[in-house]
Amino acid sequence: MIIDTTEVQTINSFSTSGFFKEVYGLIWIIPILTLILEITIGVLVIVWLEREISAAIQQRIGPEYAGPLGILQAIADGTKLLLKEDLLPSRGDIRLFSVGPSIAVISVLLSYLVIPFGYRLVLADLGIGVFLWIAISSIAPIGLLMSGYGSNNKYSFSGGLRAAAQSISYEIPLTLCVLSISLRLEIGRNDQVVLPYDSDLDSSTVDIVEAQSKYGFWGWNLWRQPIGFLVFLISSLAECERLPFDLPEAEEELVAGYQTEYSGIKYALFYLASYLNLLVSSLFVTVLYLGGWNFSIPYIPIPELFRINQMAGIFGMTIDIFITLAKAYLFLFISITTRWTLPRMRIDQLLNLGWKFLLPISLGNLLLTTSSQLVSL
Amino acid sequence: MILSVLSSFALVSGLMVVRAKNPVHSVLFFILVFCNTSGLLILLGLDFFAMIFLIVYIGAIAVLFLFVVMMFNIQIAEIHEEVLRYLPVSGIIGLIFWWEMFFILDNETIPLLPTHRNTTSLRYMVYAEKVQSWTNLETLGNLLYTHYFVWFLVSSLILLVAMIGAIVLTMHRTTRVKRQDIFRKNALDSRRIIMKEDGRDLSRREAYIYNEYISFGSPRVSGFETSGGA
Repeated sequence: MIIDTTEVQTINSFSTSGFFKEVYGLIWIIPILTLILEITIGVLVIVWLEREISAAIQQRIGPEYAGPLGILQAIADGTKLLLKEDLLPSRGDIRLFSVGPSIAVISVLLSYLVIPFGYRLVLADLGIGVFLWIAISSIAPIGLLMSGYGSNNKYSFSGGLRAAAQSISYEIPLTLCVLSISLRLEIGRNDQVVLPYDSDLDSSTVDIVEAQSKYGFWGWNLWRQPIGFLVFLISSLAECERLPFDLPEAEEELVAGYQTEYSGIKYALFYLASYLNLLVSSLFVTVLYLGGWNFSIPYIPIPELFRINQMAGIFGMTIDIFITLAKAYLFLFISITTRWTLPRMRIDQLLNLGWKFLLPISLGNLLLTTSSQLVSL
Repeated sequence: MILSVLSSFALVSGLMVVRAKNPVHSVLFFILVFCNTSGLLILLGLDFFAMIFLIVYIGAIAVLFLFVVMMFNIQIAEIHEEVLRYLPVSGIIGLIFWWEMFFILDNETIPLLPTHRNTTSLRYMVYAEKVQSWTNLETLGNLLYTHYFVWFLVSSLILLVAMIGAIVLTMHRTTRVKRQDIFRKNALDSRRIIMKEDGRDLSRREAYIYNEYISFGSPRVSGFETSGGA
């Protein structure tokens, strides 16, 4: 949550008063823990969703024994993985083997810092916003390479190399799509177009959502950047290593890719990282393209009615969170349906798609965005 | 405190890059150096550059280093290698480097150096930047594309040269190269491809003999004459 702190002038920054300020800074741990709790529950929900939707697609019943409607299935899976034996390869690099899954999870968890669930419901309203997600998701291939290398298994190693190649290939179209969104024009107070060097046009996620709030449903970035939306969708599916870009975890070719030698809680960390990545990608799709927390039916001022007083303000915030999650569900549904419908792509097809197709298209999208801004000026 | 933690981690990681036995560990410590340097850049207020360090250095350059180091069979260095034989020249270069650093740095900003004079370090707030401040990205764009555009174009030329080098090494000549398409070759039927001199197609027996020639170099059917008919 954004807490407005006042800065105090200090004469000597190494004095004891500086230490107490750092202790007071620990109050931030409460929102962070809240978000972690929400994310964990979100992952459990996504696992259940995936099972139910895949069951519906394959015309069978999903989980039904663990809890009513199988809701506790994810917890049952997690508990099982927690209690399994933790195998280590005898000749592998044990330290790299152990650290690899952690790096994959850490890099995904750090990306949740900049996702806004409401106007003041963001952990860190950074000026560089979305860029932080792109930067930190660039660290994930390192974790995959470490896991693949430390497993002492040539199929794991090959899977790790392929996973890293796939990740770095699809980062570039992703970054270019995000860049095209950041190049927005802001409509100023008197309905004048604000020139880019007049206001603070930064990559802040809150500002990106605010820029989509003017016309309700028609103010979404989806309509301003349709090509970018498709490219972002495909690239984020590839970054999450979901089908159809599933080759690093292919069961037929590589046993399980870089996850082969993992058991127990380390495997659970990879599983968790995969679903966390999916959740953060879907939240970013809503923030960047689908209008974030704005209640997107135009001319119905429902959220404004709830800002009258403090109590109603809380209800307004709850509605914002609910709207964000409902929009994220759209992308989740699309990606889960895609997983259980489309076949897997070969590695050369995958890399061709990334470098030879999506990269020129996203560059073209950037060119189109900038030239349309020039024309409208 | 964060400054000293990040700096010391960066220095130790830098040392471990050189001292690690396994080259993969070496590159991973290299990545740690970049992570810590990125943190130091954030402390300096250059948030955009910190993210660029993460994306470009760690996400692209270090990953490619890792690809190279992991795939090639680089021997792990011996434990009892004589490092002392490097001491004379490396010692001189290291001392020159240290002397230059002390010569260049301003003494007052580093309170722990022995040459520091006893002043208290002031931290004050720049109110001007709270009123209207440019982000890092805006500042960079305003300078790089206007006053210093030549450097920008030159660096893009350097990257173009690198790209040409990569293309030359891996070029996949698609035109004017006789390549074999295996599937097409298997689908060929010699009876439809080959025509005899008098304009007639091969008969079944002749097609069979032709295939024998192609596959085995000589026909296995004895008493064969190619000029005969069916």
